[in-house]
Amino acid sequence: MRFMMILIPEGYESAAPDAVPSAEAAAKMMEYNMSLQKAGVLLACDGLLPPSAGARISYSDGKATVMDGPFAEAKEVIGGYWIIQARSREEAIEWFKRAPIANNDIIEVRQFFEMPD
Amino acid sequence: MSDVAKTIEAVWKIESTRLIAAIARVTRDIGIAEELAQDALVTALELWPREGIPENPGAWLMTAAKRRAIDSLRRGRMLLQKHEEIARELEFQQQQLADALEHSLDQVIDDDILRLIFTACHPILPMEGRIALTLRLIGGLATTEIARAFLVPEKTLGQRISRAKKTLSEAHVPFETPSGDELRRRVESVLLVVYLIFNEGYTATSGDEWMRSTLADDALRLGRMLAQLLPGESEVHALLALMELQASRSAARRGKNGEAVLLPDQDRSLWDYAQIQRGMTALEQAQRLGGGAKPYALQAAIAACHMRARTAEETDWDRVVLLYDALLQINPSPIVALNRAVAVGMVQGPAAGLDALDAAATLAGDSALAGYHLFPSVRGDLLMKMGRLSEAREEIQRAIAMTKNLREQELLANKLKQIEKAALSA
Repeated sequence: MRFMMILIPEGYESAAPDAVPSAEAAAKMMEYNMSLQKAGVLLACDGLLPPSAGARISYSDGKATVMDGPFAEAKEVIGGYWIIQARSREEAIEWFKRAPIANNDIIEVRQFFEMPD
Repeated sequence: MSDVAKTIEAVWKIESTRLIAAIARVTRDIGIAEELAQDALVTALELWPREGIPENPGAWLMTAAKRRAIDSLRRGRMLLQKHEEIARELEFQQQQLADALEHSLDQVIDDDILRLIFTACHPILPMEGRIALTLRLIGGLATTEIARAFLVPEKTLGQRISRAKKTLSEAHVPFETPSGDELRRRVESVLLVVYLIFNEGYTATSGDEWMRSTLADDALRLGRMLAQLLPGESEVHALLALMELQASRSAARRGKNGEAVLLPDQDRSLWDYAQIQRGMTALEQAQRLGGGAKPYALQAAIAACHMRARTAEETDWDRVVLLYDALLQINPSPIVALNRAVAVGMVQGPAAGLDALDAAATLAGDSALAGYHLFPSVRGDLLMKMGRLSEAREEIQRAIAMTKNLREQELLANKLKQIEKAALSA
């Protein structure tokens, strides 16, 4: 089974395009990623630039409209993700509970759609 | 199972390896180490449902195991009886040992886990013992789970594990990372154990489950762990590459009704391209380390040839044959020769394939492999392509009688239908 951990950092919806995490936070994150890697469960992980550096594409009547970020109406935005392999939902949650996230950040855990055995 | 019990099980799967490895550094006996770690788990099972799951469950288990271990050392009972070496140390400096344990458990280092893996895969043990111990101690699987995966009674599996622990203990197998030539030999044993686990998951040897993907996932996880622990060993990366590349085809290996779909007939859009990418990266790493011509690297390179082709027809079969030639030189096994014959059949036509297959069969001789269903199965396929239909039919019928795997039987039955159809239109 594969799970994605989606990190929703507080205030990231209005972060500057070139916002970077503090050296201390980055070091803790590296350490955490390493622990996942050493356990052989980490499949992928990445950090994402803030929405102010991104864009949204919406469709109406089959026509695409592109809107550059930031997005005024956005409340919770994604700051990064991890993909891990785990034997159960509980195991995935246990791994993700160990992530060094800041107060008020949210982690959303989602299971991958896979062909049933 | 209650939510708390499920969480405890999950914590155990995550923490048990580090726990056992750290204790074993001091006890020097993985059997005793596992017992102590299990004691900590039992304590957790008693306390956590009542008092709630601690903030840092891993550290909690470590502390509980430490306390149990130090108690045992102080009383000297359990360890004194079980391990002479410990007993001797105990006699003359019991307190220091307790301190060492205290210190040891505070920081688990990678070497401990590596030692645990080398010990569980020690060549002194029969292969089935190595597999069971590895899944139990490093994979974090319960005895029931391993028994279910290998289709053996739980009791049998339990005995297999205790016998293996006893063998290690009686032979005073040192808890250490070997060096020099010995390291090479022991890495080979570890890789073989991991690959056998993978294959058991990827192609079940019996029963109606074509894949037991959880075992394959466990093997992949072990492979990734090893790549971190032994980053300089090219074959470790090569085995990981081989497993990732093979597993990337999982979703395409079964049709709508659960029937087996072979490589040439697979819908390649169902392959997991992220996994293929991981496999390719691991293969490149193996090659960068200078191990491109070693057995797992060659097998992974063959798998890579298949994965790079957008259609079966686009496969670089010439390169596949070359790689099999190289593999056959270092590993002249009938299975390798059999696979080479398939590739030769693709490059030079079925008649040449048949000649290559005869050579492979000669190599198999009277060994157990002579009874391997893929020999008549491939022969039947080649004969069918040559239009020798009645011979083809006989071969496929032989193959059906030789395999216990229901999915493979279905696959062969389909082949038989194709032959009948060809015979009718001929």
